[in-house]
Amino acid sequence: MSPVPRIILQRLALGVLTLLAVSILIFAAVNALPGDFAQAILGQSATPEAVEAIRNDLGLNEPALIRYLDWLFGILSGDFGTSYSQIKFVEFSGESAAQGGIANVYDQLVPKFKNTTYLAFVTACIAVPLALSLGILAALYRNSAYDRAVNIATLSSISSPEFFLAYILVLYLSVLGGFFDPVSNINAEMTGWERLTATMLPALTLTLVVTAHMMRMTRAAIINLLASPYIEMARLKGISPMRVIVHHALPNALAPIINVIALNLAYLITGVVVIEVVFVYPGIGLTFVDAVKNRDIPVVQACCLIFAAAYVLLNLTADILSIITNPRLRYPK
Amino acid sequence: MPDKEMLVKVRDLKIEGRAGEIWTQIVNGVNIDLHRGEVLGLIGESGAGKSTIGLAAMGFTRDGCRISGGTVEFDGIDLVNASAPQKRSLLGRRIAYVAQSAAASFNPAHKLIDQHTEAPTWHGVYGRTEAEEDAVSLYARLRLPNPDEIGFRYPHQVSGGQLQRAMTAMAMSCRPDLIVFDEPTTALDVTTQIEVLAAIRDIVDRFDTAALYITHDLAVVAQMADRIKVLLKGDEVEEADTRTMLAAPREDYTKSLWAVRSFVRNQKPPAPGNEVPVVSVKNVVAAYGKVPVLHGIDFDIHAGRTVAVVGESGSGKSTLARCITGLLPPLSGSVEFDGVALPADYRKRNRNQLREVQMIYQMADTALNPRKTIREIIGRPVEFYLGLRGEAKRMRVEELLEQIELEPAMFIDRLPSELSGGQKQRIGIARALAAEPKFIICDEVTSALDQLVAEGILKLLANLQDELNLSYMFITHDLATVRAIADEVVVMKAGKVAEAGPKNVMFTPPHHPYTGLLLSSVPEMDPDWLTTLLNERGIDNIGDAASEKVG
Repeated sequence: MSPVPRIILQRLALGVLTLLAVSILIFAAVNALPGDFAQAILGQSATPEAVEAIRNDLGLNEPALIRYLDWLFGILSGDFGTSYSQIKFVEFSGESAAQGGIANVYDQLVPKFKNTTYLAFVTACIAVPLALSLGILAALYRNSAYDRAVNIATLSSISSPEFFLAYILVLYLSVLGGFFDPVSNINAEMTGWERLTATMLPALTLTLVVTAHMMRMTRAAIINLLASPYIEMARLKGISPMRVIVHHALPNALAPIINVIALNLAYLITGVVVIEVVFVYPGIGLTFVDAVKNRDIPVVQACCLIFAAAYVLLNLTADILSIITNPRLRYPK
Repeated sequence: MPDKEMLVKVRDLKIEGRAGEIWTQIVNGVNIDLHRGEVLGLIGESGAGKSTIGLAAMGFTRDGCRISGGTVEFDGIDLVNASAPQKRSLLGRRIAYVAQSAAASFNPAHKLIDQHTEAPTWHGVYGRTEAEEDAVSLYARLRLPNPDEIGFRYPHQVSGGQLQRAMTAMAMSCRPDLIVFDEPTTALDVTTQIEVLAAIRDIVDRFDTAALYITHDLAVVAQMADRIKVLLKGDEVEEADTRTMLAAPREDYTKSLWAVRSFVRNQKPPAPGNEVPVVSVKNVVAAYGKVPVLHGIDFDIHAGRTVAVVGESGSGKSTLARCITGLLPPLSGSVEFDGVALPADYRKRNRNQLREVQMIYQMADTALNPRKTIREIIGRPVEFYLGLRGEAKRMRVEELLEQIELEPAMFIDRLPSELSGGQKQRIGIARALAAEPKFIICDEVTSALDQLVAEGILKLLANLQDELNLSYMFITHDLATVRAIADEVVVMKAGKVAEAGPKNVMFTPPHHPYTGLLLSSVPEMDPDWLTTLLNERGIDNIGDAASEKVG
C-alpha cells in the first residue's frame, strides 16, 4: 500500500489531538482573565445578590471542569453556547434571562466568519500568484536590479505598520483616485461585484503585508536548489533558464513554499483585526475585539477555537500537499 | 585518426575559479583535439581540473568559474564568445553530458522518460511520441531490464547502475556529436560498473559519437579511450594513444600514477588457535524496522590483525559496523570483546567498553565538526575517555598529531576546512586513536581519496597497527585496498558471509563463485581486458545479472 493515505490519517489524528489540547489552553486562559461578566455588566453599584444571581444563571459558579466539559460537548454537537452580551437582563433576578432574543454564538459568528474567509480568499487569489511569480522571477534574475527592487519593495511593505499601509492605499486609491470606497461595510444585500470592490482595499492592504514572506521563501527555496546536479543537468540540455526554474527547480522547492503560504493564509484569518478596524470590515476580528471588551466569554472562546482550527487545518493541508508533491512518498520503491 | 573531421578544438584554455573575492587560475592552458567518433580520456587526481575542462569543452562553466583565456571551438563554432541562446541550441542536441552521480543528476520530481524526451522535444528533433519510442529502443540497446516500462518510473525507484545507463540513453536522445562523460562509473560497485562500461562503449561505437571520458581510474580509461591525456593541477602532463600511454608513459608523474597500486603488505601469520579474539561476531541478525539486513554473521578479529569486509553496496557491510558499535542493536546474536559479550545497545555500554571500539568514517568532510579546531576535535576524546586536562591534554594531542605525521604547531589551531582531504582523514584517524582503543572500524576510509593520498593513509594505518597492536575491521568495496592491507577477508553478499579466509587463500584460485565474480570484475590496466572478458563470458554473464546467478 502506498504510504500516503496512512500518513494523511496520522496527520489528521494529530490535528484533532492538537485542537483538543488547544481547547484546554483556551478555556484555561479565558478563565484566568481578570474580572467577570456579571460584575462588568452591572457596574460598581451592583448588589452582591444581583451579581450572584447572574453568575448562577450563566452557570459561572459550576466547577471549571464541568464548565469545560459542557463547553466541549456543546461544540461537538454544534452548540457554541450563548453570547452573554446578547442576553437581555430585564430584571436582575435572572429569571427571565436566557429567554427570547438571545443570539446563539454559532449564528452570530457564522456571517462574520464568512466575511473574514471571503476577505482571506480574495487576498489569497491576489497575493499567492503575485508572490510566486515575483519569487520565480527574482530567482531567475537573482542579484539583478529587478531582484533588489522587489526585495526592497516587499520588505518595506512588510516592515510598515498595517494601518499605515491601509491609510496610504485609502489616500491614493480612494481619496485621490476614487476607485474604491474607503469603508468596506459589506452586507448580505450586495451583489457579487459590489462585494468584491468593497473588499478590494483591505484585500490589497493585506496583499502588501503577506507577499514579502511568500515571495522571499519562493526565491530562497528555488535558489537553494540551483546548485544541485539535476539543475546543472537541465541547463546542459540547452533548455531555457525559465524552464529550468519552473519545470526543474520549482517542483522540488514546493514543500517549503506551501508551508509558508499556509502560515500566511492562517494569518489572513486570524491576524486581520487591525485591517478590519481600519476599514470597518464586519469580520471575525472585529467581533473578537468587541467580545473581549465585553467579557463575552463564549464568543471569545469560540473565536479562539476558530483561529486555532484555521491554523491547524491550513498547516495540515500544507503537510498533506507537501507529501503529495513528493514522488518518493507517492511511489515507494 | 587523422582522416576524420575535427570536432572539438581547444587551444590554450585558461579557467579561473573564485574563492571569496579572489580569482585564481585553476586551468593553465590546455589543448584538446577531438575528432568525430573518437574517445579521449582525461585522467588525473582531484583538483586536476578534469571536470572543469570537460564542461568548458561544452562551452559551460559552473558558478564561480570563468574562462579567462584561450579558445574552445566545436565544429567550427567559437563557444567562448557564443551567445547564451546560441550555446543552448547546441547543448542537449549536439553536445550532451553524463554526470558522475545519476541518482543526483536525475530530477527526483519527474519520471525518467519525461526527462529523456525533454531535450529532443525542446530542440524539435523528435515529437513527443517519437521521442518516447526512441527512448524505449535506447533503453533496450543499453540492456536495461523492462525497457518498455522502466522509463515510467521515478529516479528513486531505479537502481544506481540502471540510472547511469538511463542517463547515457538520455545523453544519446538527440544523437549528439559529442558526449562528455564525467566519472560515470565512479559511484558504482565493480560488478555494476562493468555492465555500464560495456553499455557505454557499445552505444558510443554504434552511433560513432565522439566522447570526452573523464575519470581518475586508469584501468577504466584504458578500456574506454582511444587516446589518454594526463592532467595535474590544471596543467597538461602528456597525451598519447592508449596503448602507448600504458606501455611507455614518458613523464614521472604519469609513471607514479601507474605505480600506485604497488603497496602490498604481507599477510601476518594466523593467530594461535587458543588465543581469545579481540572481537568476535557471533551469529548476528539485524534489521532496519521490518527489512532484514543481516542473516547470521559470524567471524573473529584477532589482536594486531586486519579483517577486510568486502561486498557490494547493500550487502550489509556498514550495518555490521553499526551492530558492532552498538548503534543498531542486533535482533539476535552477540558481539564479544576480549571474550566478554558487549551490551547490544551502545547506551548500555560503559565508558571503557565504548573507548575500546572506535570508528573512522568514509567522508572525513562530514565526520569532523566544521566549527571546531583540530585541538578541540582531538582533545575531546582525550578528555572524555582518559580524563586528561590542561597541559597533559595538550601534550597528548600534539603526540597524536605527530603519530599521524602532521606537524602539531602547524595544524593544531586549524579548522577542518583548512585541510586537504587526506589531512582531514588523518585527523579522523587521530580522533579514533585518542581514545586509545584496541579495535578500530575503518568504513571505506580511502574511497573518497585519490590513489596517491589513499596509499599514504593505508601505509599510516599499517604502521600504527604495528606500533600499537591495533585490530582493524576494514570495510571496503575496493579489492585493491583489500590486497594492500588485509590479513583476512570476509566477503559479504545480501547480508550473509559468502566466503571468508586468509587473504592469500582468497586471492588464489579456486574462488567461491561470488568472490570470483568480484575479482574478475575489477578492471585491469590491459586495454583489451573488457573485450576479452565480454568475449569469454558473454554480455549476459557480467554485472548484476551474473551477481544474481551466483547468489
